[in-house]
Amino acid sequence: MLKNRSIVSIDDIGDNELDDIFKATDEMSNALKQGKVLKLLDGMVMATFFYEPSTRTRLSFESAMHRLGGSVISVSEAKSSSVSKGETLADTVRMAEGYADIIVIRHPMEGAAKLASRFSSKPIINAGDGSGQHPTQTILDLYTIKRELGEINGKEITIVGDLRYGRTVHSLLLALTKFDVSINLVSPEILKVPDHILSRLPKGIKMKVANDLDSVMEHTDVLYVTRIQKERFSDQTEYQSVIGSYSIDMEAVSKMKEDSIIMHPLPRVDEIAPDVDSSPKAAYFRQAGNGVPVRMALVSMILGGK
Amino acid sequence: MERTLKISKIKDGTVIDHIPAGKALKVMTILKMDDRTTNSVSIGIRVPSGKMGQKDVIKIENRDLEKFEVDKISLIAPEASISIVKDYEITEKFSVELPTRLIGTVKCHNTECITNLKEPVSSDFLLISKKPIVIRCNFCERNMNEKEIISSL
Ligand SMILES: Nc1ncnc2c1ncn2[C@@H]1O[C@H](COP(=O)(O)OP(=O)(O)OP(=O)(O)O)[C@@H](O)[C@H]1O
Ligand SMILES: [Mg+2]
Ligand SMILES: [Zn+2]
Repeated sequence: MLKNRSIVSIDDIGDNELDDIFKATDEMSNALKQGKVLKLLDGMVMATFFYEPSTRTRLSFESAMHRLGGSVISVSEAKSSSVSKGETLADTVRMAEGYADIIVIRHPMEGAAKLASRFSSKPIINAGDGSGQHPTQTILDLYTIKRELGEINGKEITIVGDLRYGRTVHSLLLALTKFDVSINLVSPEILKVPDHILSRLPKGIKMKVANDLDSVMEHTDVLYVTRIQKERFSDQTEYQSVIGSYSIDMEAVSKMKEDSIIMHPLPRVDEIAPDVDSSPKAAYFRQAGNGVPVRMALVSMILGGK
Repeated sequence: MERTLKISKIKDGTVIDHIPAGKALKVMTILKMDDRTTNSVSIGIRVPSGKMGQKDVIKIENRDLEKFEVDKISLIAPEASISIVKDYEITEKFSVELPTRLIGTVKCHNTECITNLKEPVSSDFLLISKKPIVIRCNFCERNMNEKEIISSL
């Protein structure tokens, strides 16, 4: 089981462990709804090191730990404190393991959490390593699909937007290959899934590159929208045309099938029009809301509080 | 009349044979042999070979290879054979073998990989495929192909 284990990559979660995580997440979610005060991790300490800015991920980890009865220590600007003094991540982690029972790290370099896990006797959770992985986001994405649609298997999932730089997309793609799903990839040419990810996907998965959203909207069960960053384009008129062709408005939503949902890892910019928010298909705020119970489940399973 | 030019025998040293045609100079780079090297070295490039059609071969006087050097050579010349020569005779002969895990052998090609910062770790790769050669970084999880491996050696 997850007890005392690090979660660095989505591959660290065995196929049969996801169900247990989902069940535990349901329980956490119910406890939260009922306003129960949990004391599962009373006296335990989480240390968070965010070398890159984050709002949602950081708050949801810290909230999760508090909700479980534990406490959190964190460096407000990890960047300015240690890195500027030239301390290695390895040294930072060896210091932190003396202060905490579990360590959460976000770092701009790929493989940073893996490195941390090699130097720490305490479990490490990867909260994002550059354009590498973001496994807890992926688990909460999978949980959201399961919770909203009852099943992951058999669904058609369309991922649209920045498929090149978005680490959530990479982790999600790798995770989805373990399910029996069909995947549509929709993105501008310059933001396609990079070869280093494609080469890791098993042969024989049902995946196709669709040129436009229209051709797949009607049969999509999950529309997973990601943010297209302005900075990725040298030509701003090109950005405008791209953002225009991928923005989801009510007209686009009206083409979607009955029990389909729209997800987005947030923050969104112009990809989803605000009036879509009131559609029952808009699952992105519910998805964000799952962030806390999913992380409560993971942390309590790792620390053996349950 | 004898039409082939014979390379003279070495007394003591190492012969690296069955290097893919054209890769001998890369092997020299791996062994850090350049104009400052004092050993006498014979290099055959694109010489005829029964097994390989054409091959490269390197004969180095008074030089042993370290394990990490043999591992590096195996990445670009997976079929190379190495003979140790003592007093003009081969005393030992073995084929290089691609290790399934390569630690400290080659730098990660991904500039965003944590192993390329000043951290107290060696690079660490898993062998994914032999032919064509693909290795995967155990830190950033990126694959490296032959071209990338060669440029990182
Ligand atoms: N004393 C020596 N000095 C230089 N090269 C040598 C010496 N002895 C052997 N070699 C070279 O070492 C390599 C291996 O020698 P070996 O006699 O095993 O060759 P082979 O019969 O061609 O074997 P293989 O099947 O490996 O090609 C050959 O390239 C040979 O020319
Ligand atoms: Mg021969
Ligand atoms: Zn790497």
